Amino acid sequence: MEKGKPRLEHPIDGLLRTDRIPHIWCPGCGIGTAFSSCLVAIQAGGTDLSKTVMVSGIGCSGRAAGYIKLDSYHTTHGRAIPFATGMKLANPDLNVIVFSGDGDLFAIGGNHFIHAARRNMDLTVVCVNNLNYGMTGGQAAATTPTMAKTTTTPMGNPESPFNLPLMAYASGATYVARWTILHTRDLTKAIEEALSRRGFSFIEVLAPCPTSYGRRNKEKPLDTLKIYQERTITKNGAHPAEATLDYQRSITLGKFVDHERPTFAEMYDKICRPQAPQDRKKAV
Amino acid sequence: MKPAVLTGEHFITGDVACAEGALAAGCRFFAGYPITPATEIAEHMASRLPGVGGTFIQMEDEIAAMAAILGASCAGVKSMTATSGPGFSLMMENLGLGICTETPCVLVNVQRAGPSTGLPTLGAQGDMMQARWGSHGHYEIISLSPASPQELFYQTITAFNLSERYRTPVLIMTDEVIGHLSERVIIPGESSIKTQSRPAPRGRKDRFKPFQPGPNGVPPMAIAGDGYRIHVTGLTHDEKGYPVMTTEAQVDMMDRLTSKIRRNLKDIVITERYRLDDAEFAIISYGVSARSSLAAVDEAREIGIKAGLLRLVTVWPFPEEQVRKLAERVKGLVTVEINLGQVHLEVERCSGGRAPVYLVGHAGGTVISPEHIIETLKQAKGR
Repeated sequence: MEKGKPRLEHPIDGLLRTDRIPHIWCPGCGIGTAFSSCLVAIQAGGTDLSKTVMVSGIGCSGRAAGYIKLDSYHTTHGRAIPFATGMKLANPDLNVIVFSGDGDLFAIGGNHFIHAARRNMDLTVVCVNNLNYGMTGGQAAATTPTMAKTTTTPMGNPESPFNLPLMAYASGATYVARWTILHTRDLTKAIEEALSRRGFSFIEVLAPCPTSYGRRNKEKPLDTLKIYQERTITKNGAHPAEATLDYQRSITLGKFVDHERPTFAEMYDKICRPQAPQDRKKAV
Repeated sequence: MKPAVLTGEHFITGDVACAEGALAAGCRFFAGYPITPATEIAEHMASRLPGVGGTFIQMEDEIAAMAAILGASCAGVKSMTATSGPGFSLMMENLGLGICTETPCVLVNVQRAGPSTGLPTLGAQGDMMQARWGSHGHYEIISLSPASPQELFYQTITAFNLSERYRTPVLIMTDEVIGHLSERVIIPGESSIKTQSRPAPRGRKDRFKPFQPGPNGVPPMAIAGDGYRIHVTGLTHDEKGYPVMTTEAQVDMMDRLTSKIRRNLKDIVITERYRLDDAEFAIISYGVSARSSLAAVDEAREIGIKAGLLRLVTVWPFPEEQVRKLAERVKGLVTVEINLGQVHLEVERCSGGRAPVYLVGHAGGTVISPEHIIETLKQAKGR
């Protein structure tokens, strides 16, 4: 943005800490697109903004909490979900969105993810998957494709990546979807849908990281978007085990899971306090 | 349904007294993970919390437990977790987040002997320096070490009040012996229990700066969902709560975080004096070891050694002034603790060579006997 030139109003300015712009994300990075989809979904959903909270972990995607003009908590690496769990249980009126990256949510935070899904904790988890640790300069993640080059897999990644929707489904998530930042309408709709429903909702967003990942894997930002355009196939309702993620051949997108199951809080109320729940004592 | 404050006379363990103290203090959220010898606190909270409108959750590990109580506190509910050594190690990460984000909560460590898995069922006081410095970076911490189930009840209330007043996590560093010891515990009427809450923000919500300090150095705390639209981060931040990656911001934030404790030592530091006025030898001890020390003081006086006891209820911040003053006039300072010299290092530092220092320590697994202390007192006197 040029200095001295008045900035034009943007429809989602009301949800942005404009005094913190410019953001840290690199040119060609997909996080901004995923983030703005999230903001549009929050605005469109018509939820009470003062009761909507964003919790992030650490990493490039984790910086989202610092740009949203809502109550927002930028926690420790991997711990956004348990922090959000405490917050949601302490005040069930809050809509809690966890917005973070693949390294944060699925490597260091993997244990928390599967347990929150198992409990069907009423959270909306948006994971920007850019296949590597961007902020620290492009190291291998739990999502890095086999043979991909990163700074810690200079000869190619010998490991196999997680299939995130399958993991979410197997752990008990009641809403599971995968989109890319090229599919912004579907993505925005998915986040809006997830926000309006109860239970553990998980949305994986495939996003390019040209600076750290693309550079080492001969993928320019537009190449990645081309893959998203040409090699993706939308199969709503497909079993998550069939949600392939093969960048050379086929990437399955869509809403894979959307079913009802009592949340942790509903079960807790039913089993542990069958009497009418008393007013939760507030500290203030 | 039982009330939150169980007024009456009870015969209960320290762990249960701690849980009851938390409920009386207004704690309505507990996240934990089973670990000997702290499990009974979680078990008691699991059965009691739903009945008083609170929530208990058993998390997947202690990292998650600590994260969850911070989240709950940010949503406006007083929260607690309890653990022992191995879990305490895992909680260090988010303890730092709590300090940096000034989030009130209480963390109980029922100490067992370490390192590593150590002696799970046997007591020790070996985590005292970890309590002081266990999370990375420089910070101040408040840590209390009660010496009986009754005191554990009261000091848990104090811990909550201090954590709310100073917006900081507060540690209760008890031990297996006190945690599993059953004694008479009197719980007073609800009206006589003073509970405190974090300072609340006032004025226009859009102008509120979440980390602008109030008169005692503590910023008023906005709660998630109250409409202040605050940002909270574990990164170095300014008064608006925004990350600022500069040395100046670090210096400013650290100055405020440490001085809100350092400038209020009179309010925070609790010690108890026993027969110290004419004492030639001052024992400095805390927790279960202070009980052995108490017996040793009386026995020592019977054999002509003028001993006294300075019992540290607050171990951190360390009662420097009290120890310095003693060092100026006694013939020796004797630290009694179940480790090989941790708080002893502080005693040595504060004595500054003005009085010789002696350690009665043990690697852990058993309490220190009064005889052991008497032996050291005899040697000290005979020097």
